[in-house]
Amino acid sequence: MEKYIILDHGSGGLASQNLIGSLFLKYLKNSVLNQLEDAAVLPPEHGQIAFSTDSYVVDPVFFPGGNIGELAVNGTINDLAMRGARPICLSLGLILEEGFAVDELEKIIKSIANACDYAGVPVVTGDTKVVPRGKADKIFINTSGIGIVEENININASQAQPGDIILLSGTLADHGITILTSREGLQVDANLLSDTRPLHFLAQAIVKDFPGAIHTMRDPTRGGLGTTLSEIAKTTKLCMEIEENSIPMHAEVRAACELMGLDPLYLANEGKCMVLAAPEYAEEILHRMRSVPEGRDTAIIGRVSEKHAGRVVLTTVAGGRRLVEPLSGEPLPRIC
Amino acid sequence: MHNLSTNQSQRTTSTSKTSHLHLNVTGIVQGVGFRPFVYKLAKKLDLTGSVANTGHGVTIHISGSTADIDSFVDKLKTDPPPLARISEIQFTAEQETEFADDFTIAISNDSEIKTTLISPDIATCKECINDISSPENHRFHYPFTNCTNCGPRVTIIRGVPYDRPKTSMAVFPMCASCMKEYHDPSDRRFHAQPNACPMCGPALSWHDNQGAVISDINEDCLKGCARALQKGSIVAIKGLGGFHLAVDACSNNAVQRLRENKHRYSKPLAVMVADLTTAERICLLNGKERELLLSRERPIVLVLKKQSCLSDKLSPRIREIGIMLAYTPLHHLLFDMEECPEILVMTSGNLSGEPICTDNSEALQKLANIADYFLLHNRDIVTRVDDSVVRVVRGRLQMIRRSRGYAPIPFSIPGIKKTVLACGAEQKNTFCLSRNGLLFLSQHIGDLKGPANIDFFEESLDYMKSILDVSPELIACDLHPDYLSSRHAAASSLPGLNVQHHHAHAAAIMAEHNLSEGLAVIFDGAGLGDDGTVWGGEILHVEGTSYERVGHLAPLMLPGGDRATHEIWRMGLAYLSAGGFDISKLTALPSTLQDIPADSLPGIAMIMEKKINTPLTSSVGRLFDAVSSLLGIRQEVDFEGQAAMELETLAWTAYESKDSMPDGDRYTGTIVWKNGQWQLDLRPLLPWLLADLKKGTPVAAIALFFHLWLVRSTHKALLQLFAKRYPTQTIMLGGGCFQNRMLLEFLAERLEENGYSVYTGEQVPVNDGGVSLGQACIALRQTEHPAQRPNQTNF
Ligand SMILES: [Fe+3]
Ligand SMILES: [Mg+2]
Ligand SMILES: [Zn+2]
Ligand SMILES: [Zn+2]
Repeated sequence: MEKYIILDHGSGGLASQNLIGSLFLKYLKNSVLNQLEDAAVLPPEHGQIAFSTDSYVVDPVFFPGGNIGELAVNGTINDLAMRGARPICLSLGLILEEGFAVDELEKIIKSIANACDYAGVPVVTGDTKVVPRGKADKIFINTSGIGIVEENININASQAQPGDIILLSGTLADHGITILTSREGLQVDANLLSDTRPLHFLAQAIVKDFPGAIHTMRDPTRGGLGTTLSEIAKTTKLCMEIEENSIPMHAEVRAACELMGLDPLYLANEGKCMVLAAPEYAEEILHRMRSVPEGRDTAIIGRVSEKHAGRVVLTTVAGGRRLVEPLSGEPLPRIC
Repeated sequence: MHNLSTNQSQRTTSTSKTSHLHLNVTGIVQGVGFRPFVYKLAKKLDLTGSVANTGHGVTIHISGSTADIDSFVDKLKTDPPPLARISEIQFTAEQETEFADDFTIAISNDSEIKTTLISPDIATCKECINDISSPENHRFHYPFTNCTNCGPRVTIIRGVPYDRPKTSMAVFPMCASCMKEYHDPSDRRFHAQPNACPMCGPALSWHDNQGAVISDINEDCLKGCARALQKGSIVAIKGLGGFHLAVDACSNNAVQRLRENKHRYSKPLAVMVADLTTAERICLLNGKERELLLSRERPIVLVLKKQSCLSDKLSPRIREIGIMLAYTPLHHLLFDMEECPEILVMTSGNLSGEPICTDNSEALQKLANIADYFLLHNRDIVTRVDDSVVRVVRGRLQMIRRSRGYAPIPFSIPGIKKTVLACGAEQKNTFCLSRNGLLFLSQHIGDLKGPANIDFFEESLDYMKSILDVSPELIACDLHPDYLSSRHAAASSLPGLNVQHHHAHAAAIMAEHNLSEGLAVIFDGAGLGDDGTVWGGEILHVEGTSYERVGHLAPLMLPGGDRATHEIWRMGLAYLSAGGFDISKLTALPSTLQDIPADSLPGIAMIMEKKINTPLTSSVGRLFDAVSSLLGIRQEVDFEGQAAMELETLAWTAYESKDSMPDGDRYTGTIVWKNGQWQLDLRPLLPWLLADLKKGTPVAAIALFFHLWLVRSTHKALLQLFAKRYPTQTIMLGGGCFQNRMLLEFLAERLEENGYSVYTGEQVPVNDGGVSLGQACIALRQTEHPAQRPNQTNF
């Protein structure tokens, strides 16, 4: 086998078959994928079908706490989980740059396999293309996923109610700050790690245990918690009131944000969910979430109100209140 | 552009020999004693007919001899009531109609279009002060005394035409005696809509900070308040346009407690005194400042402090203090109380980042943790208006915050019909609405990032639209997409225009002084430039509605974006790094920087090297911060401009001691040409600063040298520009940094010595409070006369 990806690996010919056999099937094997048919055919399920897709182009491909492979698996699982779905399978599409190291690819495929095993969600169909050098950056991954949502479950932004509590399943901004510092080669803190992880165990636990009480779930990935909350506020015309003090954050993440002058509310998370739930069960939901490993650091960070319709209001550590609005792009200095 | 503060009138149709005339008077002619004035004048001249308020203003029908009618019109033009501001008088000769045999005041008709103007609130007049201080007067000690010449206006008006039912006085039916005054055209209170007396009008109540009533007898409330202040308590006092928080200004403890309770640790606090004599004891006043203090607008005037009993915690390390004179009967009565301290801190009654409280229950709830007592009353504040802040620079007014007494008096740019809404900047926000060539600059709104301030913005905008009866046809805002004011504009479906921040600053000055071309020096904090970088030290050539950036400060990095505006040591480091210093080690830095967090140094060095969130800025405000940091003046700021104000204060100390000048001569800027633009190179300044520091030159002297360097360099750059490409006579100085008196005075003086005409913001703030007016002018002019070379982008 070659040490580097060549164009032939995507040709469909022998080189392709070789790659599929020695890498993909080796690590990802399961009864459906093994058939290598044009489409995966799945047994029937009861319930509503959830279907989601996402593409992953993260730079660097390997980063502290994970790599692009597990990120792609967890990311799509999380999108399904946020609608209350039980994920049942994934597709895996790879676009490889000519010259990409095969042993790096192998590491990525291995971590995809591990992530699938841990989550209990198999890859049932896949595809690989190779593009000439410079036409892609090392590796791009697309994953799509199917999940099943119980008949009576309807979780989305418009279910949010005034009075709902806002929970966050753990520390903020770990992924965003890790990617930024590792991409730029900044030696800020050795303890910065991406938080990539699947959230369906956590989501399923509360959806099942508190029927009707879980109104909205979102994973604040790109754009961060601030942008996600703003979207919900705009959709519902309600006010999201959050307290800076109660948002869990790793000290090293906070320090890095302060150093760079970045607002952690706009940095990406890859293993956190935000839950809007009925206030009657606040303590029980908090407790239940903390009982799942992925939700160990869950905190109630705020409340939904009707005070400032369509807005997100942050009470700062100093006690002031300020609006959190989605940014139009990179943060631009604004103080005159 | 005209400010309607001078009465102007035009006779569009001349009176012929007819003995019947119909006049339509527009401007601020309601609620200012206009009708009784007309009534008395008509009576005196033996004219018959009628006068009425309409949605347009005032309409007058008169009959009589031609000579009498002529003198009536003359008097109307030359000597209208003191608070009236006539924008136009239209005349129509009338055919002989039924001959009235008397002159009457007709009742208001509100079915017509509402185009009348609303008066701002006016300080209590001398006659009313006499009333409340004469024991025989039935308004003796009555805190809500007013008349046609004074008292609340815009703060109590819910709708137009201005009549009592449309004010928050509607709930106080007048007693027989007030009613008599109200209906007597010869009385000072004829049709004074807020007219009231102790029998029928609003009343005080005195509460503890749990809201419990201690007293509801006016006299006892005043006494209770005076005593509490004497003992050093913090009192929330309901005023005209909102609440104040008051303490004894000579008590360090009381001031300190107010600062701590309010979390306002160092921002200057304004004081109020009863009269000019008391004011002269604590500050140095010139003629113009006295005039402003006594003016009916009664703004806070920023003046030089004197050695006095004043707590040094009021404006620490800053040489000016904000002072105002009592402007309501309540203030006068309070100061009249024997126990009342002579000088009171009167700062806005709000939570930090929120607008001032106007409502009793809101204040009781929000200010309970700040104030010990509440002096309330039961007249509602309809429109929130802060105290205005002004100062005198070069013998002229410099508006810092335009609110009570000034807003909503419009500015005019005749001939422009379109209706525009300009949303303004994000901090010190004001908005501007136009109607028929009049530009209505809103009262000061504040920092829109505060959730309650954006509500204030929206409420005020709705109020202004309804009072003026306009709906905008186009909308203008800043180029910065993330300003909340720009977001407001982006959410609108109206055609929009993004105006570059510093261009808007320049346009505001052009509008105020009726200029069409010139070089604009805009020294400011930060504004987004049209090249995507952060501007703030600009020389623009402005012509019509277009501009060209012809020069600017050499950019510095802003390490950590907006964070560098609070942690100004970041700017100090950015400057050192631009000068080639290794800033990763504390030992490599000047000793003035020893206070900064040592563990941040490698990190800051790294983000500057990797250019992570370190945008470049040509801002003069940030240069002031950088120099303040290097001189060790402070390393963090609590409020915008704090370091620059302290630096300026030091510079004046050195200037006034006169012994540090000669050395400063070597501080002269290096002007370089780069890409067809002038750039002021900052690098040569750095070694001078550091050498002087090392040598032990007093920091005050270095602060002065720095000011001189900036003045000389800017002057030099302008002379080069004039000579090379822009043979103009007109220089505009704008942007927040020109609130620095030394910068403005010295630069203007030099330019005037060279024969140039120098203009700056006077009635319109040079800070971001004036940006909306500039945006409005550009938008209006551009739609009427599209620019040759457009420099704005449509959304
Ligand atoms: Fe500005
Ligand atoms: Mg997705
Ligand atoms: Zn009066
Ligand atoms: Zn009365």
